Amino acid sequence: MADQYRIAQPKDYYRQFLEKDVRPDNRGLGEYRATVMNIGCVSTAEGSSLVKIGNTTVMCGIKAEVAEPGVDGKNGYLVPNVELSPLCSANFRPGPPGELAQVLSQNMADLIADSQCVKLENLCVCPGKLVWVLHIDLVCLDYDGNLMDACTLAMMSALKSTSLPVVTVDEESGEIKTDPSSRTLLPVSCCPVSTTLIVFDNKLLLVDPTSEEESLATGAVTVVTEGKNVCSIYKPGGTPLTDKQIRDCIERGFIRGKEARSLIEETLCSVDR
Amino acid sequence: MASFIVVKKEDLEKKQNVEPCHTLRCLTSELGCLTRQDGSVSLSQGDTTSLAVVYGPAEVRISRELIDRATVELVYKPKVGLPRPADRKREQIMKSIFEATIITNLHPRSSITIILQETEDLGSNLACCINAACLALLDAAVNMSFMVAAVAVSVADEGQIKLDPSKNDEEKGRASITFVFDSVDLNVVSIVTSGKFSQIEYKAGLELAREASQKVFQFFKDSMSRKLIR
Repeated sequence: MADQYRIAQPKDYYRQFLEKDVRPDNRGLGEYRATVMNIGCVSTAEGSSLVKIGNTTVMCGIKAEVAEPGVDGKNGYLVPNVELSPLCSANFRPGPPGELAQVLSQNMADLIADSQCVKLENLCVCPGKLVWVLHIDLVCLDYDGNLMDACTLAMMSALKSTSLPVVTVDEESGEIKTDPSSRTLLPVSCCPVSTTLIVFDNKLLLVDPTSEEESLATGAVTVVTEGKNVCSIYKPGGTPLTDKQIRDCIERGFIRGKEARSLIEETLCSVDR
Repeated sequence: MASFIVVKKEDLEKKQNVEPCHTLRCLTSELGCLTRQDGSVSLSQGDTTSLAVVYGPAEVRISRELIDRATVELVYKPKVGLPRPADRKREQIMKSIFEATIITNLHPRSSITIILQETEDLGSNLACCINAACLALLDAAVNMSFMVAAVAVSVADEGQIKLDPSKNDEEKGRASITFVFDSVDLNVVSIVTSGKFSQIEYKAGLELAREASQKVFQFFKDSMSRKLIR
């Protein structure tokens, strides 16, 4: 009976639970789903990670290649790309990336630019001649809401575990030599973490939405924090929120930021290099 | 039938005397600048200009039809070249703002299309586009539950807040934030930020932007009343 009710009247079904300050999956309104992280799971990539937030699964692989720099001569390139294939959800069709995938890829690029976690000048191998290009590929394996947070977490943990081979350029012949035996860790100066909340019925704020909750939402807010600073507050339209509600979102973002950063540190420590 | 309206001229004169950090640049609008559309407007904020056009409620492509409400479509055209992912993000932000603003339930199985053409980006481009689209919707007499006004602020390296930044301020600054307010309670409909900032800076920017948004709403009203009275 409950299942039919859930399909026929999803909003009413949720309201019954939310009145009692609980969600159908047994979580409180401000509670995250269990987050699982595995770092270094792709041995052919320079850095990789697999992140699960509840059922949402995102795998991140970072491949490095060398290229000629642009006109400034010393800045490398970071190319994030989010792939949402029909594998992860029936909502996505095969073919060129859809709107959501493009926006997510742009959000990832903005996140790196805003937080300055990887400085592009650190990707310089030989000024004016050679720089690193890091292709950050994020593949969603299972889509159950809150992709933004899963992608951010996967990308940051993969970046933190990225090591690059030592490359030397012969001054005279211009020959490029790679020493695969010695690798250096990519300098990552900070670790931004995103927290997404949705607005239900124009008033309630729910942290870490599932895809079902996302489809019922009347708005969403994503807060990205880094240490004591805010990297980004992203609220694309939806229900207008009061200042207090936004303040609550930011505070929740800081709490989540601490949790997620300690999770990344712990996982990094447990990986033997 | 085009009319050229210059409002806030006195503000412009004042601007030369007053601290320039806390004033909006001169707002000008030309309602009904094109004739074949249901609503059109060319809006400039200082030197930043954008052209917004609205069609609708009109027929919708079957694949995009929604049985209980109108489909809001938004197309952003950059000044040069094809739309890039950054423009897609802009489209998505504006689309969800106007989905919340327009009373879509009034026109089921139809489409409301907003097309934005960037004509000149000299700072606060997103804010200018949102304001232009809102004015174009008013020009097309589309039913909205509230108006929206967008105001951008930038945070300089020393933490100084500048309202309605120019391109130069945006590039020099540490962060820039675009706030979108509703006309009823002046609550925040949308926030888009770039760069790092502290909570104090955010709060200061919010207060400044909220005050300035009232001027934008007043400008909308002035523009509409001039169009209707004429």
